[in-house]
Amino acid sequence: MKIFPTGTLKGMWVIMRRFLRSYPNDISERRKAGVLFKTTPDTAVAAERASVQQQGLITVEYPEVKLKPPENFRFVPFLVYEPVLDAAGKPIVNAATGKEEIGYERCTACGICAKVCPPQCIWIVRAVGDDGKPKPKAAEFYIDIDVCMNCGLCAEFCPFDAIKMDNDYELAGYERHINHVYDLDTLLKSTTYYESIKPTDYAAEEAARLAKEEAKAKKPAAAAKTATAAASAAKAATPTMKSNAETDEG
Amino acid sequence: MAVLSPEQTKPVEQSKAFDGESVAALLKEGVDGAVVSASSAGIVVQNDKLIATLQWLKQSPDLAYDYFNSVTAVDWPDKFEVVYHVSSTSRGGPPLALKVNLNDKENPVVDSAGSVYYGAIQQEREVYDFFGVKFAGHPNLRRIFMWEGFEGYPLRKSYKEAYYEQDRKPFETRWDQGHHIIIEDRVPWHDNVIYPKDFDPTTYKQIREIVRVAPNINEGDVKALKTQPVVVSIGPQHPSTHGVFRMNVTLDGETVMALEPIFGYLHRNHEKIGERNMYIMNTPFTDRLDYLAGMCMETGYVIGVEKLMGVKPPERAEYLRVIMNEFTRIVSHMFGGIGQVYSDLGAFFTPIVIYGLEERELIIDLFEAASGSRMMCNYMRFGGVWRDVPEGWLDIARELVDNRLPKVADEMEKYLVHNEIFDIRAKNIGVLPADLAVSYGVSGPMLRASGVKYDLRRADPYSIYDRFDFDVPVGANGDIYDRMFLRIKEIRESIKILRQALRDIPNGETMSIKKAYSFKTPKGEVYAHIEAPRGEFGWYLVSDNTTTPYRYHVRAGDFVNLATMEQMCVGHKIGDLVGVLGSVDIIMGSVDR
Repeated sequence: MKIFPTGTLKGMWVIMRRFLRSYPNDISERRKAGVLFKTTPDTAVAAERASVQQQGLITVEYPEVKLKPPENFRFVPFLVYEPVLDAAGKPIVNAATGKEEIGYERCTACGICAKVCPPQCIWIVRAVGDDGKPKPKAAEFYIDIDVCMNCGLCAEFCPFDAIKMDNDYELAGYERHINHVYDLDTLLKSTTYYESIKPTDYAAEEAARLAKEEAKAKKPAAAAKTATAAASAAKAATPTMKSNAETDEG
Repeated sequence: MAVLSPEQTKPVEQSKAFDGESVAALLKEGVDGAVVSASSAGIVVQNDKLIATLQWLKQSPDLAYDYFNSVTAVDWPDKFEVVYHVSSTSRGGPPLALKVNLNDKENPVVDSAGSVYYGAIQQEREVYDFFGVKFAGHPNLRRIFMWEGFEGYPLRKSYKEAYYEQDRKPFETRWDQGHHIIIEDRVPWHDNVIYPKDFDPTTYKQIREIVRVAPNINEGDVKALKTQPVVVSIGPQHPSTHGVFRMNVTLDGETVMALEPIFGYLHRNHEKIGERNMYIMNTPFTDRLDYLAGMCMETGYVIGVEKLMGVKPPERAEYLRVIMNEFTRIVSHMFGGIGQVYSDLGAFFTPIVIYGLEERELIIDLFEAASGSRMMCNYMRFGGVWRDVPEGWLDIARELVDNRLPKVADEMEKYLVHNEIFDIRAKNIGVLPADLAVSYGVSGPMLRASGVKYDLRRADPYSIYDRFDFDVPVGANGDIYDRMFLRIKEIRESIKILRQALRDIPNGETMSIKKAYSFKTPKGEVYAHIEAPRGEFGWYLVSDNTTTPYRYHVRAGDFVNLATMEQMCVGHKIGDLVGVLGSVDIIMGSVDR
């Protein structure tokens, strides 16, 4: 045992340097934003936190500041519907309910999502027409989000691009058996919302769909081939790695 | 101690020479009448010749099967099959499977392998707990995950769990008449609890007798003060037990006399869930095993199923897997293996944990951008990965690997090495000698810290690890200090691998087969093991040509490593106990499964 603990002091210097390193950036950013002596959090701090050049420890002051999740982010699933558009291309809002008019639900109640779901948290009742034959539409659709393990397999295997993973992660509630069992009404969200959270995926799917439709319109084999090629190319598109420094104004 | 020399680190040719058939041929000379049948998959051994066979395999100089990977059982309709996997630390190569058939389904008994491999003792308790297979001569044959008031053996096919619905997913109630039911309403609590006969929960008292399992403990180490020994129950609700781990420690004054690890507080029968699940459903479940190393868990499982299916992922996917695995190792070592130990030794959440967390944030941000989730990634798929990484992802990864992580590793080393306080707390505490480490089946950084150069990325290369240039660092003494220092060295090696992988990664497809959610795998069985941050994680999968695995067993590295706790702690002070436990680096998600 040495009398003078040089090694320990060296270790403490590491801590000291770390401690000091956390502040210069923080102070300069706050000064720039004019919030040096206020507790108002600055979004620039959040931007700093997410970059590889980040120095020192940076706290993002959630919930005042929220990091924008990356495009691939997934939480619980939702169902996509196409809204009814007016002449200007804007969705028509029902005056009575205050909700958008649902043009058409993409879900055909094929049940693949319910089958692939690892904890089996999806429950679907298929609609039946007047003639007693099943219709390609869900009459009831439940997702027990307390059971959901956020794996994203339902969205991955849906052949109709009807079920997608949501980015909304603030789902805490006071009651779990009613509020946390999402029904069709809660689950349905419009394509515009989907486009806003996952623009790259949306664009790729739209391109694939258009290519398919074109091929159908044109006709047989050769066209179909190019269409599948275009579709697979579109599917392979991946979102760009943006720094998640852009923050949601909470 | 056997140490791999450089030319031995590529054991591919040798492993060809020793598969089930060739070992069986040798075994016929070694142990008379032991082999019942043999195939390349494994050897079926006579019931009463099992111990002699294991003994011979261990001592044979050519084979040198000195390392005990796992023991588990399979519940076939007409018999129990107990499956042993042993491998060699000096030769490397894939493990050898030995099987014993127990035809008496009422009272299955087999000899305990504890006398040959100490590592068998704890795992045999697991088999007893799950299957009711009794091990003759076992020193401590009690339930390990379940408590004494548990009725039945949960991994037998006849056992139905509390909220049982169907043998296999998908459940029929979900579609096409899937009216939602809260599961507790369907099977109310209390209606699904059965106690064993003659068991009264109101008068139940936990067994407190000391069963010394650890051999080779020098009793003289324990200084006999003339005080009464006190049994202290540490955990499960204790901040330093890394979750809900519990130890019953017998103390003489402040000195540890005996220690019994108690498991099961986070037990959820992962394996039963896995046998109800279709293959693809298990991938997100494996994330929940070692939740600090989700990517590694997925890789291990996916490699196992790929072996069953006979598919190979494309090049780019292989590289992505390696990149994710090595990032995971860095994250896990920085936070769990180094940071938490500092915390346990008294530097409570001040320095290194937070520095580790800082880098961890950046790395799991990358995971989030690639896979969609920070810890529960669910990124690996059979035949590739979920999707390609986003544009620009690799550049950020390169920047991190080139400019940032090496500096942090240096800083951690600076903080660690020659720190007098740390020296006193960590050197020569919790020593695990190399021969014992091998015999206990200890794996990962713990094994290497004891001086055994055994890393599955070299010894039995999976994925594309044989292409990369990296060293396998080893420690000298096998104490807390060595384990931590070794993890820093491993971070450096991971950075080395990452640099090469990020440099060489080719463009191209990330999936080699068409994605399917429900598929059948050919009949067969496979043991796939990987070098996870917490040691060897192995998946033993048995397929019966259906959409679900017939048997799904996980060999958790840190669960096996914990068996050495008593060995390492007896004779030390109770204050060191926490540090030793920290240096084992456990995650209860995988210990309790």
